[in-house]
Amino acid sequence: MNYKHIQLSYHLAFAGIFILTIGITGCKSTEHPQKESAPANDEKLTELYWTRQDSALQNFTQDDVKFMVGMICHHAQALVMSRLAPENNANRQVQTLSSRIINAQKDEIETMQKWLRMRNQPVPQIDIDSLDLKITLSGKPYTKYKNMPGVLAEEQLHELARARGSDFDRLFLTYMIEHHKGAVVMVDNLFSKDGAAQGESTYRLASGIQVDQRTEIDRMNLMLNKLSNAD
Amino acid sequence: MNKLKPWLFLTALLFISYACAPSSSVKKSPSNQQIAPKPLSTVEHPAPDPRVGLEPGLFDAGEAIWNLEKLSHNAPPKEFIGKTNSDLAFKDHYVIQGNYHGFIIWDVSNPKNPEVVVDYPCPVSQSDVSVYGDLLFVSAEGFDGRMDCGTQGIDKKVSEERVRGIRIFDISDIENPEYIHNVQTCRGSHTHSVLDSPNDDENIYVYVSGSAPVRSSEELPGCSSAPPSEDPNSALFRIEVIKVPLDNPTEAAIINSPRIFEDLKAAPDHGLSKADKEKLEEAKEQGKYVAHVWGRDRIVPDPIVQSLLKQIVKEREGSGQPTAADSARLRKNLDQMIDERFGERTEGEVNERGPNQCHDITLYPAIGLAGGACEGYGFLLDITDPTQPKRIDAVADSNFAYWHSATFNNPGTKVLFTDEWGGGGQPKCREQDPMEWGANAIFTIDEDNKMHFQSYYKLPAPQTELENCVAHNGSLIPVPDRDIMVQSWYQGGISVFDWTDPENPVEIAFHDRGPVDSTRMQMGGSWSVYWYNGRIYNSEIARGLDIFELKPSPYLTKNEIAAAKTVQLEQFNAQGKPMYEWPTTFTLARAYLDQLERGDGLGDQWINTTRQKLSEAENESGDTREEILTTLATAIERRAGSAGDKEKVNKLVDTLRGLANE
Repeated sequence: MNYKHIQLSYHLAFAGIFILTIGITGCKSTEHPQKESAPANDEKLTELYWTRQDSALQNFTQDDVKFMVGMICHHAQALVMSRLAPENNANRQVQTLSSRIINAQKDEIETMQKWLRMRNQPVPQIDIDSLDLKITLSGKPYTKYKNMPGVLAEEQLHELARARGSDFDRLFLTYMIEHHKGAVVMVDNLFSKDGAAQGESTYRLASGIQVDQRTEIDRMNLMLNKLSNAD
Repeated sequence: MNKLKPWLFLTALLFISYACAPSSSVKKSPSNQQIAPKPLSTVEHPAPDPRVGLEPGLFDAGEAIWNLEKLSHNAPPKEFIGKTNSDLAFKDHYVIQGNYHGFIIWDVSNPKNPEVVVDYPCPVSQSDVSVYGDLLFVSAEGFDGRMDCGTQGIDKKVSEERVRGIRIFDISDIENPEYIHNVQTCRGSHTHSVLDSPNDDENIYVYVSGSAPVRSSEELPGCSSAPPSEDPNSALFRIEVIKVPLDNPTEAAIINSPRIFEDLKAAPDHGLSKADKEKLEEAKEQGKYVAHVWGRDRIVPDPIVQSLLKQIVKEREGSGQPTAADSARLRKNLDQMIDERFGERTEGEVNERGPNQCHDITLYPAIGLAGGACEGYGFLLDITDPTQPKRIDAVADSNFAYWHSATFNNPGTKVLFTDEWGGGGQPKCREQDPMEWGANAIFTIDEDNKMHFQSYYKLPAPQTELENCVAHNGSLIPVPDRDIMVQSWYQGGISVFDWTDPENPVEIAFHDRGPVDSTRMQMGGSWSVYWYNGRIYNSEIARGLDIFELKPSPYLTKNEIAAAKTVQLEQFNAQGKPMYEWPTTFTLARAYLDQLERGDGLGDQWINTTRQKLSEAENESGDTREEILTTLATAIERRAGSAGDKEKVNKLVDTLRGLANE
């Protein structure tokens, strides 16, 4: 098992129809599903299982919570940046990359929101209107995220929004590499805190984000080099 | 400690019982079986697939089973309930099951009622296990693994108490394991593989793979997470090789950290298989719509064609059925329209990934090769020098998200890689998930050790949103002359499939349960499922240990299963493949005969006669037996020239002569 969330960058519906080709033909030897018997012992173990799942939810620190809140906001800005790619006439590769980022980070935002909700922690809500990113936490506007590593300043975001074609590609990759590096630093910071990421799902999420973004930084560096060589 | 050579133990034990004891059940019946072998092209799956719509439940989920018999299911010991079960290793009649809470040892002498003989709490992820002789190795990756095996975790970022790397236990008294040593590594150990090299009798080697974060140099001096360009000692972009001296395993230590990824140019995409190309050509000839999408030509399914035609009609503000002009327009603009509607997927971008780590390495020391599943690539490694694995080929695949593990066929002419798309925690077997993603990719290996793509295999039964499902661990089932594998698909259950014909893998057996829970996705399903000495052992993440037996079918006969059971090992780790050899038995001869019948390789009359003569010989002994077998061998040998499958006929003849000479 690895802890990567691999992103889908395209519509699955199309793929789904492509794969409806599993030839399943008629047959005599069907065996119908049977119910496994659940003796009393199994019921007790089931109860124990759910008790343990619930108590595992208690295994977290305030650093874990801060990380989740911060990373949700950090990811949200990546969505704002990536959504520019189609209208700003990015090249195919950058468009694919940006749709993968959208898909992956959207899923991760949901997972992190679920993580907080299940631990009764305040969950940041995200509202994106074009370049305008509004985050509310416990009903109040939350702006702290603007100081996190890799987060673009307002004017950088506008600069990116104005760029077109290969200018956009270059700027997008440059800024996204920085943005991703910021996320890697955030995971490093979490891991350097006493007692952090001890819970299985916390560790899985954080190390998954780090592995993914590191791999993507390598990929973006190569793309950026290619663009520079093309000049 | 003496070094074991597992393949030397493909043993005479069973050989004796199979070859020498006249079987009283063999009577007059010429075939000694009820089920006639049939070609795999005629496989009929149960329909509708009983794996669809199974009831959810932890220990009372609905189940579907085909061509397998479940001998037992056992929940983990109490202390391990609710903790993730992981990989399996085998020694004698024991199954060692890793668990994020430690490890469990089952005595499986009675497969219908296996007994827990050890439950050893020693928490850490992923607790992947391997055995070698009297040693047990356990992977430690997470931050909560303690030297003292305590369950309290570690609340300090830097701690002398932390173990990340390989834990070593002495299991000479297997029911009382003794924790003897740790080898600490910078990234911990996600998985590991034990290399028993034919070129070194005094040591074994453990290759450590780990994709987790590099730990602080304050905790383990020398660890650096800077890129190699900034720090040549970076813990990134390398694997660790641990040498374990067998006469003193507590001296086990890292001896090399080879950078097997160095100078990796973008590997070529493997492109289309032959069958794919033929299918596309045929489709084009038939006038079907073929678009270049996601980097290759694909046949556009009819519903999409209809929808695009509708769009064209709408755009010209027309109504009703599309006209010939509309169709022509679609043909002309197909690629663009598909791109506009579905986005694009280019291959170049995927190929430019540089791997930072391997997820898993499968060693095949008997042929000097290893298969490395390393992030964006599948590697073939030369391991003849166990301290210096060298990359000799690399493949990439635009459909593969994350290369996870490798399985060789027995002759070493094929390798199968899995793609753990979504990391094992995501439901990637839904109806809408492509059959090429989160699947297996099958490659042939040519004489120059280059890999060539043949086809994909993915669990052919759609699963729900509540079931994490993707290709995972499996092992070969040693059926002579066939490549058959049993494989985990997490909550997709287990699938047994034949990939002897690498272009057309076919499922021949399965078992599946419904989701663990009806409301939310809980981690569950099969982590590892391996064949060991005649049975199939399944490590179920949430539910414990299942033991199965294969049931004969036209696609895998009783004799073929019995022949697989003649291969007996003293120990087994799926990540270190032994070479299987089949003792000369009547069973083996019968398995070949079944295969000859299935493949139309000898002619029915000869097959029937041979079966009859075999039974006669088996009921005789001494000179009479020898004479029957020798006469039979000579007669068949004469036929070999005109037989459909000369190679297999010759194997049969060799087996008969071998039996005659005993």
